[in-house]
Amino acid sequence: MLAVRWNMLTKDNRPGPTGGELASRRLIQRIAKNLDREAFASLFDAIAPRVKSFMIRKGASPDLAEDLVQETMINVWTKAGMFDPAKGTVLTWVFTIARNLRIDRIRRESSRPLAELGDYDAPSDAPGSEEVLARKDEARCVARALIGIAPEQREILILSFVDDVPQSEIARRLNLPLGTVKSRMRLAYNHLRKTLEQPN
Amino acid sequence: MNIDHHLDPATIMAHAAGTLDEAFHVVVASHVTWCPVCREIARQATQLGGEMLGQLEATLVSDECRSKTLSKLDTATLHCFPKSPQSRGEVPEPLAHLIGGKSLADLAWKRKAPGLALFDLPVSRASSGKLFLMRIAPGMAMPEHGHGGAEITLILSGAYNDKFGRYAQGDVADLDDSIEHQPVVETGAACICLVATQAPTRFKSWAARLLQPLIGI
Repeated sequence: MLAVRWNMLTKDNRPGPTGGELASRRLIQRIAKNLDREAFASLFDAIAPRVKSFMIRKGASPDLAEDLVQETMINVWTKAGMFDPAKGTVLTWVFTIARNLRIDRIRRESSRPLAELGDYDAPSDAPGSEEVLARKDEARCVARALIGIAPEQREILILSFVDDVPQSEIARRLNLPLGTVKSRMRLAYNHLRKTLEQPN
Repeated sequence: MNIDHHLDPATIMAHAAGTLDEAFHVVVASHVTWCPVCREIARQATQLGGEMLGQLEATLVSDECRSKTLSKLDTATLHCFPKSPQSRGEVPEPLAHLIGGKSLADLAWKRKAPGLALFDLPVSRASSGKLFLMRIAPGMAMPEHGHGGAEITLILSGAYNDKFGRYAQGDVADLDDSIEHQPVVETGAACICLVATQAPTRFKSWAARLLQPLIGI
């Protein structure tokens, strides 16, 4: 166990985004600039299987999950020009697209017109170059934060971010007061923030 | 805009995860649009989602799904960007969408009590929350009240004071249901707020016993 953690930490300490992240960014750039279908196919093969798992974890049937994979990936194609590496990784961007589609689908199922919120995909405030440099290692820090977090906090993060469970329902499922769920969420955020602030 | 009152990080985490009820989501997204501090927390929190997505096991995607997706690329309309903002700055973008770009003064406010008007905003049936705008006349005080459930209030214009301090444009009151407070609107201008609440009937009940005009406070 210790050896595993040590390996992960040393790997994490290498500067710069991971190879996979850099490759994904290049593919997104090729899609944005040249409508490169080959680049899209490569990106599809790299991330669609995880998006499918993500949708299944949120309670979608395999058929619905594939519908949502399709919609997510078409959004990746059409919005590639909006991807901003200063805001986060390619996977984070895909996560927001997939999350929003899932939310929209829930609302559509309720057969009421969608209230367009439109906040997520808006370009972020353009950060200065120093800030971009400071954020270069952020993805590694986030990964490290998830490794080092207390198990009871990680459990709640997974229920929220992957399984789509609202905090009040998490409280019911884990038989905890809502206040405890919220305070674990706060602790998890503080842990993330501290990890992001640590010099590498 | 000088924002002193922020969202609970637990609320921002739920927002980033996408698990907030729609009514609350609108208020949080609106505050985040205005508040650089909470926007940065939301950005950081969202990274957790990306990392967890990356850690999921892969599930085989059918060839049919892959080829269907690829065949749709040509017809997928290219996204126009950036969107021209509909908002005139008076209200944050997520709210501007809901009121069709109208100004707050032009809405069909419903007078509920002397000095208190409400405007209900649409949420889908999937939402268990209630979303509305509230306009309180200058100098009015609300009776001390608690909240039946979670409630988040974003100040759009004007200001009020309660035991937690002064709340003005951009400030948000992200209140626990255990908290009781007695907001008093400042004189000079009405206070207009965007409110999400979990307990729709509860609001009516305290609206009924509302608002003594306390001129000169």
